[in-house]
Amino acid sequence: MSKSVIIIGGGIAGMETATQLARLGIEVDLIEKQPGLGGHLNSWDRLFPNRRESKEVLDYLEPGMNDGVTLYLNAEINDVRHHEERFTVELKDGKNLNADALVIATGYEVFDARKKEEYGYGIYDNVITSVELEEFFKKNKQKNLFKGITSNRVGIVHCVGSRDEKAGNLYCSKLCCVTGVKQAIEIKEFMPDAEVFCFYMDLRMFDRYFEEMYYEAQEKWGIQFIRGRLSEATENQDHTIMVKLEDTLTGLPLKMNVDLLILLVGFVPSPETRRLAAMLGLAEGDDRFLCPADEHTLTNSTTVPGVFIAGTVKGPASISNTITDARATALQVANYLTYPE
Amino acid sequence: MKSFGYTITKDRQIDFDLNDRNVTGFINKVEPSFRLCMACGSCTGTCSAGHFTDFNIRMIHTLVQRGETKHLKKEIMKCMLCGKCQLVCPRGVNLRNLILSIHTALETYGI
Repeated sequence: MSKSVIIIGGGIAGMETATQLARLGIEVDLIEKQPGLGGHLNSWDRLFPNRRESKEVLDYLEPGMNDGVTLYLNAEINDVRHHEERFTVELKDGKNLNADALVIATGYEVFDARKKEEYGYGIYDNVITSVELEEFFKKNKQKNLFKGITSNRVGIVHCVGSRDEKAGNLYCSKLCCVTGVKQAIEIKEFMPDAEVFCFYMDLRMFDRYFEEMYYEAQEKWGIQFIRGRLSEATENQDHTIMVKLEDTLTGLPLKMNVDLLILLVGFVPSPETRRLAAMLGLAEGDDRFLCPADEHTLTNSTTVPGVFIAGTVKGPASISNTITDARATALQVANYLTYPE
Repeated sequence: MKSFGYTITKDRQIDFDLNDRNVTGFINKVEPSFRLCMACGSCTGTCSAGHFTDFNIRMIHTLVQRGETKHLKKEIMKCMLCGKCQLVCPRGVNLRNLILSIHTALETYGI
């Protein structure tokens, strides 16, 4: 009898895990609460470091759904039960799905910038998040103009909701730095006369070609980097934004006005990730992301036999790292199903 | 009027919008490598002048970027143009030309 697996979450991690397991001849049920697959990938316009269209990645992942994967879209989970090496997932519409293993791929959501009140998100008109900028780029792709926005000075704030104990998140979200540099370049592409400033503490350009992108931002686009964490933003009468910070490279306080302020919001585990963890008794770290069975060696399984994790449920990760991780999870699931001991 | 010994303390804050950024613009134009600094401080670490005076070429670069030109004239006179900073710079910033261009810019804009 063929073995089966239920994958919860139809973002990048869930899609790639499903594709790989189906190819290995395992029956796959993929549950997604949204009407479509792709998760957060649908919100991004272009991807770092080469600024390709995000849709190209989705186009690569989608054909994997055609063979051996049963999709449950618009599907919300009522309960997950575990009995004698079998898992039952009860959907809100009353349907019960059964399988021999479970993959949690319910990912992250972005930090709610309203919690960082001193930046005025949700209060001031011209303070937006990096996600909203991506949506803006996506919508205005056909036009070669920054329609509706005539800003000529843009500030980009790093580490919003990350490396901030008061925001409840001590960890670094890793990918905001490179996102900020990418978006700075894109703003210059759209509005060559704009002045773009990044307010950063350090630039964590950890992956291949990231540092080169930072170099390009300085050399080709003249993006200016000011080291210091924004202490506050206030709205002027003309709806421009005044920012205050310490310019830590001169040791002096600095203030300037910007027309548009973009907040680089970090990763937090999605509520669904936390809910499933509670249902299944999975361990959460201090950062509230899920803990693997072993941090170095068993990165795709959990302390509950038969329950596996893939992608950003374990913490901030890029698209390439998520796809790689999903493949590792698929292999671990296949091994478990073939050799349960 | 009776003096109580109080004075008004001048604001130390960099007011970016009030600063004259002519010098910044001038140097960005004549020396494009000026943009490439990542503030590592190698230049200042090796600077001969900096070992004996409070001359800090990395700081001068940053101040020019911010349009803080008040003390530049006095500061750049401390440089001996030995060029060691340029040898160690990992980003290839032409620092000798930075000093020379500041001279020219200050003259051009009468600062």
